[in-house]
Amino acid sequence: MVKVNGKELPVEGMLLSEFLQREAYPIDRIVVERNLEIVPKQTYGLVKLEAGDCVEVVSFVGGG
Amino acid sequence: MTKEAYEKALCQRQGNERTNLFSRATVAICGLGGLGSAIALMLARSGVGRLVVIDHDEVELSNIHRQQYRISQIGQKKTDSIKELIGEVNPYCDVITKNVIVTEENIGGLLAEADVVCEAFDKPENKAMLVNTMQTLFPEKPVVTGSGMAGFGDANAIRTKHITPTLTVCGDGVSDVATQGSLVAARVGICAGHQALSILARIEGLEREEDGR
Repeated sequence: MVKVNGKELPVEGMLLSEFLQREAYPIDRIVVERNLEIVPKQTYGLVKLEAGDCVEVVSFVGGG
Repeated sequence: MTKEAYEKALCQRQGNERTNLFSRATVAICGLGGLGSAIALMLARSGVGRLVVIDHDEVELSNIHRQQYRISQIGQKKTDSIKELIGEVNPYCDVITKNVIVTEENIGGLLAEADVVCEAFDKPENKAMLVNTMQTLFPEKPVVTGSGMAGFGDANAIRTKHITPTLTVCGDGVSDVATQGSLVAARVGICAGHQALSILARIEGLEREEDGR
């Protein structure tokens, strides 16, 4: 299982890019944290989610 | 008023050690709207030594309801306007104005000198771009961002969240101006307060890390 934004999901083995696409995250508005590190955007297609990973997808909203 | 008198007054309220740390710090503020204009003034009042203030807009009448500018500043650059206001509350704060649009290409040059970077943009794409680019160029630099402060909703929903050791996100995470339709000084101000306080904490934290080396 992979913990994503507090929820346990059976997505281990998936590429991060595939997961983000499947969940329809707005790719140009997000920052992805994995095990307390920000995942560089250019590596989303290379990062494979592993069992026990803790991921937080920050989806920014407008206003400032 | 002398500089000594000003510093003494600050030290009496904040303590010597803290005030000295703040006076040696450089904070870059990206975006000078409701968040950025308020954060800049709060940091100047706390005696932050240098502020790099970045925005390409001019003050408009439609900004006055939530941004720190005055009617007399309508039509002026926001960078020049905030520098003017800061001068009135802390004449010893060194304000560097950058009247530009922040892009992936110019972040390296704009933010290299900053100890802490404050994200205070309006558009979510710009917020994400800044955080992602900072991670690539300056992974050690603390970034404090705002996300979710639109509308007239619950004040207590706005909070400070540490995502990584260098990334802090303030806001309720969900109140989007696109759906809420408005931003109001009182609620934007709460988020600005969270960000300003996090930035001051980061300044103190950085110094402690340096002492430990």
